[in-house]
Amino acid sequence: MNIQPLEFEQPILELEQKLNDLKRRLSERNIDLTSEVGQMQKKIEATRREIYTNLTAWQRVQIARHTARPFFLDYIQQAFTDFVELKGDRLFGDDASMPCGLARIGGIRCAVIGQQKGRDVKENLLRNFGSPHPEGYRKALRVMRIAEKFGFPVVTLIDTPGAYPGVGAEERHIAEAIAVNIREMMVLRTPVVAVVIGEGGSGGALGIGVADRVLMLENAYYSVISPEGCAAILWKHRKHAPEAAEALKLDAAGLLEMGLIDGIVPEPLGGAHRDPTVAAANLQTAVLAALRDILEIPVEKLLAQRYDKFRKMGVFQE
Amino acid sequence: MAIFKKPILRPRIGKTREMPEGLWTKCPSCGEVIHNLALSENLHVCPKCSHHFTLGSRERIASLVDPDTFEEIDAPLDSVDVLGFKAVSTYTDRLASYKKKTGLIDAIVTGTGKISGHSLGIGVMDFHFLAATLGSVVGEKVTRVIELATERRMPVVLVCASGGARMYEGVLSLMQLAKTSGALARHAQAKLPYIAVLTNPTTAGVMASYASLGDIIIAEPKSMIGFAGPRVIRETTHQTLPSDFQTAEFLEKHGLIDLIVHRAKMRSTLGDLLGYFSTK
Repeated sequence: MNIQPLEFEQPILELEQKLNDLKRRLSERNIDLTSEVGQMQKKIEATRREIYTNLTAWQRVQIARHTARPFFLDYIQQAFTDFVELKGDRLFGDDASMPCGLARIGGIRCAVIGQQKGRDVKENLLRNFGSPHPEGYRKALRVMRIAEKFGFPVVTLIDTPGAYPGVGAEERHIAEAIAVNIREMMVLRTPVVAVVIGEGGSGGALGIGVADRVLMLENAYYSVISPEGCAAILWKHRKHAPEAAEALKLDAAGLLEMGLIDGIVPEPLGGAHRDPTVAAANLQTAVLAALRDILEIPVEKLLAQRYDKFRKMGVFQE
Repeated sequence: MAIFKKPILRPRIGKTREMPEGLWTKCPSCGEVIHNLALSENLHVCPKCSHHFTLGSRERIASLVDPDTFEEIDAPLDSVDVLGFKAVSTYTDRLASYKKKTGLIDAIVTGTGKISGHSLGIGVMDFHFLAATLGSVVGEKVTRVIELATERRMPVVLVCASGGARMYEGVLSLMQLAKTSGALARHAQAKLPYIAVLTNPTTAGVMASYASLGDIIIAEPKSMIGFAGPRVIRETTHQTLPSDFQTAEFLEKHGLIDLIVHRAKMRSTLGDLLGYFSTK
């Protein structure tokens, strides 16, 4: 896939272009400058490392939103096996922005739920840009109930800019659908692992995000509001989104430090889209490790631990 | 040439309508000018058109709870600027200015009391304080009053009003949705009743948690209730919004609200409902 570079990746791009020019000229004139080429490659590598290991919150948001980034169904293909999609909320309709189903991961059968984005206009119309309607959340809960009944763990992969803000979504009570999921996930009698793989857009993310282990991919973000939305309200202009992203502390490292997530899944240098196979392998390893951690815990103890984990979240003076 | 110059007529906006501060209030719905004392005696409801003004948490509690039965809990809980949030103004400054303006410490008052003789845990959000946004303090106080009610086997009534989660606290504020909803899950498992009372406006994060989870959901007339703001919906979808969109009446029609109750009838309605659930 041809990967669209991000603005901050420009220095790497320029160096790569120079290297290509150099190589072309060398082959044209038949001169041997292997050491120069080697030096140039080293410089590119160093620049890459320099940029990618010092990413700002806003740069991570851009990586998390990259259209070439692996989406839910890419991980389903690469990190899971035997996926069977289960459709519909048995109330109103099916929501293609939130595919659900049964699958296996490392041989362990589980229910999988996640938001799916599209890469082009047609796909995005189908997937509604990964913004679920109430039907998505109600379908997700229905599938979680199946997992609970038959004793499968639940794995959710979160990637949404937010639940859909539309007339139909309000008419069918999107907030209620999310609230019910949050409440019911807290007492769901089976292990739950959630991974934020891209965008963790507020209530739309938390609606499938109450879990025994909450993980985040290294460049994913999880936020109470989009940086643009926050900037529009608190800075009075969307152009301040980079400052808002920084202020919101929405990156994986910041959230781990505050104890709001349980672990970080490493990504290939430059982001998951630079090497989707490695990204999927990392995700599989992390989910399996989390599952192994919790599968053997007796359910009453598991529920007590889940409750206590979220119960402790909050900072105040007394 | 005219003998007299044509007079320049300008409306004297703002001058003719000036009223002494803090004495009279103009009803935004019908335009009636109401003496503040009369408004206060009428539970901040317009005597002419029944427009429900924002009611402070203390006055709300006085209007709902049996006299001398309210005991506040967790009053000193105070917000912390955990992220060191600085936008146009800082979170610390915002907190300080709202504290000064309202005399409150944060956006909710919680405690125990009785309504028509029924003991209960009650929380009342106060929209005057930072749009009653849900941060760590509100989340903790809501959770504690629910947990206390579960322990003492009491019903819970939460009177909601909110602009949503408090962005100044980042994901910490989002996690208050999980914390409060979790406490309600346990309260529900103990087979105890929870009544949510939605007032103008109840939106976003609070709607996506405890405001939507009542066994019974009551709303005050014409309250604005919804998940996303109307401007966001219009910009995202380019749809024209129904004229009564996101009102209590709209949501009653669409099946979310059990009943719409005038503020003057709220106490007796809650008392009647609690009577149905009471085992005593």
